[in-house]
Amino acid sequence: MSTTLLAVQILNGLQLGVLLFLVAAGLTLVFGVMDFINLAHGAQYMLGAYLAVAFYALTGSFLSALVLALAAALAFGLVLEFAVFRHLYDRDHLDHVIATFGIILFLNHGVKLVWGAAPLSLPMPELFSGSVRLAEGLVYPVWRLVIIAAGLAIAALLYVLVAHTRIGMLVRAGATNAVMVSALGVNIRRLFMIVFGFGAMLAGFAGIMIAPILSVEPGMGDNILILAFVVIVIGGIGSIRGAFLAALLIGLVDTLGRSFSVDILRLVMGPSPARTVGPAIASMLIYLLMAVVLYVRPTGLFPAKGR
Amino acid sequence: MADAVLHLEKLRKSFGALVVTDDLTFDVMPGELHAVIGPNGAGKTTLINQISGLVAPDSGTILFAGRDISALPTHARAELGLARSFQVSSILPGFSALENVALAVQSRAGSSFRVLGRAAAEAALNGPAMAALADVGLAERAQIPAGELSHGEKRALELAIALALQPKVLLLDEPMAGTGREETARLVEVLRRLKGRFSVVLVEHDMTAVFALADRISVLIYGRILASGTPAGVRADPRVVAAYLGDEME
Amino acid sequence: MAVSLAASPARPRGGLQALPGGIFLAFALIPIVALLTGDTYLVSLGSRVMIFAIAAVALDLLVGYGALISFGHAAFIGLGAYAVGILSVYGITDALVSLPVALAVSAAYALLTGVVCLRTSGVYFIMITLAFGQMAFFTASSLAPFGGDDGLTIAARNTLAGFPLLRDERAFYYVVFFCLLGTYVFCRALVASRFGRVVRGAKENPVRMATIGFDVYRFQLATYVIAGALAGLSGFLLANATEFVSPAYMSWQRSGELIVMVLLGGLGSLDGAIVGAAAYLLTEEWLSGFTEHWKVIFGPVLVLVVLFARGGLIGLARDLVRRFTRG
Repeated sequence: MSTTLLAVQILNGLQLGVLLFLVAAGLTLVFGVMDFINLAHGAQYMLGAYLAVAFYALTGSFLSALVLALAAALAFGLVLEFAVFRHLYDRDHLDHVIATFGIILFLNHGVKLVWGAAPLSLPMPELFSGSVRLAEGLVYPVWRLVIIAAGLAIAALLYVLVAHTRIGMLVRAGATNAVMVSALGVNIRRLFMIVFGFGAMLAGFAGIMIAPILSVEPGMGDNILILAFVVIVIGGIGSIRGAFLAALLIGLVDTLGRSFSVDILRLVMGPSPARTVGPAIASMLIYLLMAVVLYVRPTGLFPAKGR
Repeated sequence: MADAVLHLEKLRKSFGALVVTDDLTFDVMPGELHAVIGPNGAGKTTLINQISGLVAPDSGTILFAGRDISALPTHARAELGLARSFQVSSILPGFSALENVALAVQSRAGSSFRVLGRAAAEAALNGPAMAALADVGLAERAQIPAGELSHGEKRALELAIALALQPKVLLLDEPMAGTGREETARLVEVLRRLKGRFSVVLVEHDMTAVFALADRISVLIYGRILASGTPAGVRADPRVVAAYLGDEME
Repeated sequence: MAVSLAASPARPRGGLQALPGGIFLAFALIPIVALLTGDTYLVSLGSRVMIFAIAAVALDLLVGYGALISFGHAAFIGLGAYAVGILSVYGITDALVSLPVALAVSAAYALLTGVVCLRTSGVYFIMITLAFGQMAFFTASSLAPFGGDDGLTIAARNTLAGFPLLRDERAFYYVVFFCLLGTYVFCRALVASRFGRVVRGAKENPVRMATIGFDVYRFQLATYVIAGALAGLSGFLLANATEFVSPAYMSWQRSGELIVMVLLGGLGSLDGAIVGAAAYLLTEEWLSGFTEHWKVIFGPVLVLVVLFARGGLIGLARDLVRRFTRG
């Protein structure tokens, strides 16, 4: 285990963490403010990637594809909110789970119908397609650094928005007590729509940014959805700060766990059992983490006050 | 005091900067009806919540029949004989009035880990349940789903559920809240008949009911007991009149 | 004083009293219909429906009666199935051994995970049951000697006290039938019992139940274990039916499908779980015959069911009956 490998994996962990944050932020806001469990959020992420591929085929420019796909993802999110989700806010969580599960089915198989089941790819912009030398012997892909930078920038933007603007204050208030906010005369419908649309856009953005690295295929949102839920549960529902910290934690734990589990286990057992048990433990690591956190703090680490 | 059935010693509870229960010492004797009065926000419901175990005090002890129950969970306290009613009716709306009370009877009637046999048909449970309903005047409404009862009937049901537990101490949190004159009079009659059977802590705003029923009255202001004594004594206490009763009694 | 007991409001049946009888009669007749029409596939399809119905009924106990939305229920099916699979690798192929083991393993996992899960509530409960389901899934995927990701083929169905009874398709069908019947009867009794009443009460008002003197946690844990064991039974039967086990039996998508089955039929009615399982699987059978993209249609159908048919299929049927008997 060399320090270079460790450094690379830490950066990979940060990149995964930042990606998770982009997806989890929308999820935790929607759940925090509207008390709405949106399983289809992962499909939103997938849709962003597919739309980017489609627009790239039309325009040949990554930037245009990015902008158009974001707009389309936002539009789609708003349509979903208006047509379906809006009617479910006062229903119980089970109804949310089933309805959004139905949306997942529809989207996962819908993209298969439209684009086929074969994985697609999105070329990354020329400018960022190389690798850069960060230190002696440490070479890292530029695009991954771009993702990290974009994610941190958005986190900062969200922090400013939520903590220092009026709409952010409404969101924070809504996350603590939506009924009260509505009673105070705020147009709660519009607030919900804005929150939902923004979250959908963030998820779509994550999907677009990761598309050049991963392959774009049906169901790609399923795994990220589960991870995002683990993030918001550990971080505390309704809390952006919690989502950010938990996302980085999960990103690092998952990445480092997968890379080094076999090596760490080899310290206590033989190479062959380590090679069997290692990957299993690595995939379970974040769930074990979540179980431990929930056992000690049944409402997560930084729940929005009042939950 | 050694023979108090319920004794609170220096109970303290704050929510952030707000001190809701302020070094409160309080006791209830066997068989007495001890009323707790005070303005809104004085901390009366929080006090009841701490005694019944729904809220944990920051410090202080709660002794029930000589036993320290401060760390016991709510259900264990109920098992020991501490029953309560809620200020906002907390019943099982989908169950009939009878079943609401029968469940309370069931909790005292042997193990509930029985998986065979129809609970709703058990005469051993329904009998005492009907008796409790009759006590509060709800016998005719036994089969009605509790969610469909009128407000006053729900308050009576709250009382019946608590009675069915055969408590040693009954904590009543504003049982007359929102009831009309007739229903209030009926509840007062029920409580008057039950006096002496067990101890009652009655939190109430309705002064007529309080002075009609109480053996002792404690006045709770800003989390502290301002005065405590017989109804006549408290009514005449100048501090109490100034702080509270002056506005309530015309 | 004579106390007449109206039907407990907890399970209003309206005009559908005859439904369970009808359902079981229909199931009992399927092999006969298959004999007459020569369509032997009906029998194995029927077995499959009943196997998932067992798991769905168990989940209805949790979700419909206990308001405990478990998103990891498929894990218990998988554990039951893997018990059969793993034992068969070691040459243990009799149901008299593998069934108790399947039940014990799923009950044990339910107990261990339930202790942790039931400390939470709401969405946290959903997530942590999901997490434990995923843990089971990943463990199974990593079991290389037992097939890992690809799964494990079982040489033959379990013998029953040495007799290869289960190998006969029709005999197996009726074994599954009686398992479903037994499960249904047991759960019906459970729900109406003292125990069941506490669980139902806790669903409506857990704080009230605590102040009456019930340790709700213990009752929920017991329900969770019972539901897990019953799902283990379903897994045991599934492994025998398909003669194959795979981690996919435990995926979170499978857990989601189970929840859909229960909701589709109608929560909190037990009959609904059976109807829902049948509706889901038969729709899958039927629609996938037309197009492999049937889920594109099914997804929106689910959304519509949630929006407009709140009591599921049973609710719809009850409304229809009410409308006919009134006219």
